[in-house]
Amino acid sequence: MADTVLFELLHTEMVAELWAPDPDPGPGGQKTSLSVLESMGFRVGQALGERLPQETLGFREELEVLKFLCKDLWVAVFHKQMDSLRTNHQGTYVLQDNSFPLLVPMASGRQYVEEAPKFLAFTCGLLCGALGTLGFQSLVTASVTALPACKFQVVIRKP
Amino acid sequence: MSRPVPRRPEYHKINRDLLVLTYGALVAQLCKDYEKDEDVNKYLDKMGYGIGTRLVEDFLARSCVRRCHSYSEITHIIAEMNVLFPLPPTCPVTGRDCVDAPAFATAPFIHIFQASSHKNQPQVLLILLQSQQVAFKMYLGVTPSVTCNNSSKNEFSLILDKNPLSEFVEELPAGRSSLCYCNLLCGIIRGALEMVHLAVDVMFLQDRLKGDSVTEIGITFLKQPEKKKYRRRK
Repeated sequence: MADTVLFELLHTEMVAELWAPDPDPGPGGQKTSLSVLESMGFRVGQALGERLPQETLGFREELEVLKFLCKDLWVAVFHKQMDSLRTNHQGTYVLQDNSFPLLVPMASGRQYVEEAPKFLAFTCGLLCGALGTLGFQSLVTASVTALPACKFQVVIRKP
Repeated sequence: MSRPVPRRPEYHKINRDLLVLTYGALVAQLCKDYEKDEDVNKYLDKMGYGIGTRLVEDFLARSCVRRCHSYSEITHIIAEMNVLFPLPPTCPVTGRDCVDAPAFATAPFIHIFQASSHKNQPQVLLILLQSQQVAFKMYLGVTPSVTCNNSSKNEFSLILDKNPLSEFVEELPAGRSSLCYCNLLCGIIRGALEMVHLAVDVMFLQDRLKGDSVTEIGITFLKQPEKKKYRRRK
């Protein structure tokens, strides 16, 4: 669909514009820049969550919600399902996507692995925001070992 | 459970909403970062430019694959594309029936120019404008109407009744009255046309968010300096 191209290009420009390498090489610097993208993703995820079909808002179980994110939300946003979902049944979930569409145009393999986190920040925020609207506080982080595969780790925070 | 990915209608809506919401979040972030409206407009335009330079390749890849050697070839491609992307039957500038005149096309811009030596003639510019109508339909789902603003036929407007990017915006934030919310579009058009060797000035002439009845994007084609080395020696 032509829509996705525009979103992918917009996302790339956003990362280029809003992620600025901090002159202070400490880990705090990078975090600030990533959190700008994450917070944007969070806002979008929240708003998107509010526009989801009514039946999804009736989910009670964590696992149901995560399955929904992996199947329906991922398909709606990225036109593919998440490739695997693993859990320790204690609130931690690992979602693996073997060819994440926002990383596919970048590289294949280990090249640019250091650059990849900033392309995942927005999506982490998106997941976090969507979960928030569905009633779950969470912490979402992403990791990449070889492009374009990536893993999103979701930790549901107990109230 | 292995099944093909279902294409439910709500997915399309979510996908469209994603773009609109992301854009809104972007504008909000830029408003936080920059106090002056001009700066926000400038950055939106710059980002749009970057997007446009890449989007044009995607557009060309989707719209046509053949090189055109003549206007009649272009007309055939028009006829094919018209089935996929129906356009109005009469050309708003010349008033002629669009099927007869090679007055609108979705054919690759570069190839049109190589077929014709009349670089700035109104016909060719009109082809571009109406290709932009197709592009708007393809990427944003709306078709703007095209009008010509001056007699020398180098100023045109794209008029949008409904602007999908500002679908969720009721009004501009307080103190941001000269913010061009959709300035990204201006940058995209400018970047895309520059990739096909056309210098243009693009700006918002009317904006629904500022109280006007429609959203109007004005495009002024700037005269290119003649590149003598490409001229054939007679």
